[in-house]
Amino acid sequence: MSTPIEATTVKAAAPKGDMISTLANKWKSKPGSLIMALHELQVKVGFVQRESAMRLGHEMGVPLAQIYEVVTFYNYFKTEAPGKYIISVCLGTACHLKGAGGVLASLSAELKVPEGHSTPDKEYHLQAVRCLGCCGLAPCVSVNNKVYAKLKPEDGRHVIECIQIDKPMIDIEQESVTD
Amino acid sequence: MKPEELEVKAAAQIAKQQAFDVRLFTCSSRGCQSADALGVITALKAEIKAKQLDAKVQVSGSGCLGLCGRGPLILMKSKTQKDVMFCDMTAALAPKIVTQVVVPMLSGSKIEQPGGDLATKTLDLNDPFFALQEFVVLCNNGKMDPEKLDEYIACGGYTGLRKALGMSAEDICKEILASGLRGRGGAGFPTGRKWELTRKVEGDVKYIICNGDEGDPGAFMDGSTLEGDPHTVIEGMLIGARAINATHGVFYIRAEYPLAVERIEKALRQARAAGLVGKNILDSGWNFDFELRLGAGAFVCGEETALIASIEGKRGTPRPRPPFPAVKGLFDKPSCINNVETFANVTRILQHDAAWYAARGTAESKGTKLFALTGKSKNNGLVEVPMGMTLRTIVDLVGGGTGTDHKVKAIQTGGPSGGMIPVHLFDTPVSYEHLKKLGSIMGSGGMIVIDDHDSVVELARFYLDFCVDESCGKCAPCRIGGKQMLTLLDRFVAGKGTEEDIKTIRRIAKAMQLASLCALGQTAPNPVLSAIHHFEPEFRARMQSPAAKQA
Repeated sequence: MSTPIEATTVKAAAPKGDMISTLANKWKSKPGSLIMALHELQVKVGFVQRESAMRLGHEMGVPLAQIYEVVTFYNYFKTEAPGKYIISVCLGTACHLKGAGGVLASLSAELKVPEGHSTPDKEYHLQAVRCLGCCGLAPCVSVNNKVYAKLKPEDGRHVIECIQIDKPMIDIEQESVTD
Repeated sequence: MKPEELEVKAAAQIAKQQAFDVRLFTCSSRGCQSADALGVITALKAEIKAKQLDAKVQVSGSGCLGLCGRGPLILMKSKTQKDVMFCDMTAALAPKIVTQVVVPMLSGSKIEQPGGDLATKTLDLNDPFFALQEFVVLCNNGKMDPEKLDEYIACGGYTGLRKALGMSAEDICKEILASGLRGRGGAGFPTGRKWELTRKVEGDVKYIICNGDEGDPGAFMDGSTLEGDPHTVIEGMLIGARAINATHGVFYIRAEYPLAVERIEKALRQARAAGLVGKNILDSGWNFDFELRLGAGAFVCGEETALIASIEGKRGTPRPRPPFPAVKGLFDKPSCINNVETFANVTRILQHDAAWYAARGTAESKGTKLFALTGKSKNNGLVEVPMGMTLRTIVDLVGGGTGTDHKVKAIQTGGPSGGMIPVHLFDTPVSYEHLKKLGSIMGSGGMIVIDDHDSVVELARFYLDFCVDESCGKCAPCRIGGKQMLTLLDRFVAGKGTEEDIKTIRRIAKAMQLASLCALGQTAPNPVLSAIHHFEPEFRARMQSPAAKQA
């Protein structure tokens, strides 16, 4: 239903050149559209690879330095391949007051990785995010755009078990930021 | 579409709606979708089909129904009985509404209170949570499917635009000024005046921009408005475009709101196809269209010059003003930026009139305000109350207190830019002028309830940490001041603060307020200062004891 631009997986390997050409052609005539092009690239591939950034810059006529200026400024863009299941723990104020810190800690303990990292097998990527906009359901965690709500601080294992049952995946090649 | 066709379309749609005996509106906003609202809708539709009630019962999505903490919510409207709201719905439970409530109702039975599985799943619509609210912005929620243009038109949609098309730009500005509407992004600058300033600037290209960045953690009013009533926001932008003679419209929406993005895209497609956006709008000869740009997770992009940089595809760093965006904005062209909720209010003002709107509120703050009431509140959700309602009424009655044996200690309004307000000041009416006097701000509408088990020291640290993290780094007062203040606050969190630290915090705060380039740095000290001001004993309790100091 919703366009899951947040949900990204690493199913695809290096992006095909023609995909980047198409993307660049779509956006380069519109002034100031670098961020939109990067969004679309990340939705398609899961992250902004150096090679893709170079190709995109070349095709759009944007210096690589400018692309990295943007990619490193905005939290949304990833420069490394994330895990298959991206676990976003909301640390917005409502979630914070209702024990989101504990949720993050128990997930971190369960996965044995600190926040901002992926498990060695690249199955899970654990990250903190600022606000998912589901404050009424605090504290909540979003996994590839599926939201697990009203959690308890100790629910780390429970969330992982749910992921293993639900397998929330999005076919990233099918989805696009715009139409 | 010709202007008269709006009435024809509305009448046809209303007739269609009246053919149904029962209409079931399921909230299809992000919160309820997270709790499987779409599964609920599918289950309802299947049950209606199985019972062959398609002609009598309508199953529809809806904008936010308010009580997000109890979602998914279903509002049942019928010809013969009072409205009923069902909460905590699941795909398994929803069909029982059809079998246990709708079917008996259709055969003439009066349902006072559903029993069985649904006994604990109905909400009292006379509860203060619902009864004390007043819907201006949210007035279409629970009446239409946000994804259907015809249903919006049946609710009076695009009549505001129609009226604006018959007015001069100057008259639209005057009408908005007369309504007393102030910018809902938080600063509260009179919208009519902002428009009048932009209108007077000459330019062959002029932009009107919708700020849908809503980065305040714990706030979701703008996202809910975009999701629940996208056409209202589009209509407001069209009216704004007429008022300032804009040539292009831009939606800037945070990427974390995919549903809002999708709904706006869909609504724009529908409006284009119907001749309400694009070429020859409502047969007036006026052409106007929109572009959509996504944010990428930077709180500072809510600041207008940073937002402009972001739309230009650059790092979202603010620049000194003047020149103001009204003179030199997006791509150096005159631009006007308003918040989502502001545009929604504009639509209602034109759909009615300035006097109707100004009848609500206080002397200096007119209309209603949306709040995302969350934290330790019993009722969690999206609320709309008239300006001037006291904080106590909002927190204790609309919010229902904490709902636990903990007591309310304070609220935080305005998020990381706002301040904490302790419970003894809760008789303050909600308005720009009153909240400012208390050292807080209206902000965009986050309202976090804090109870007596929460530490204000740690919450102040939470907000400051957020601002330090989100500082763009361009100006030193914000970049360095915030970081230094955070180090000092960390000492209090660790129970090692000193008297001197409080003085230093105040000094740094002053420098940040005076010298930061943009509102992020200027307001970042607010939560800390208000916490120290109202809860000094809590900070003292976190000071190092003299004995420990000596040791």
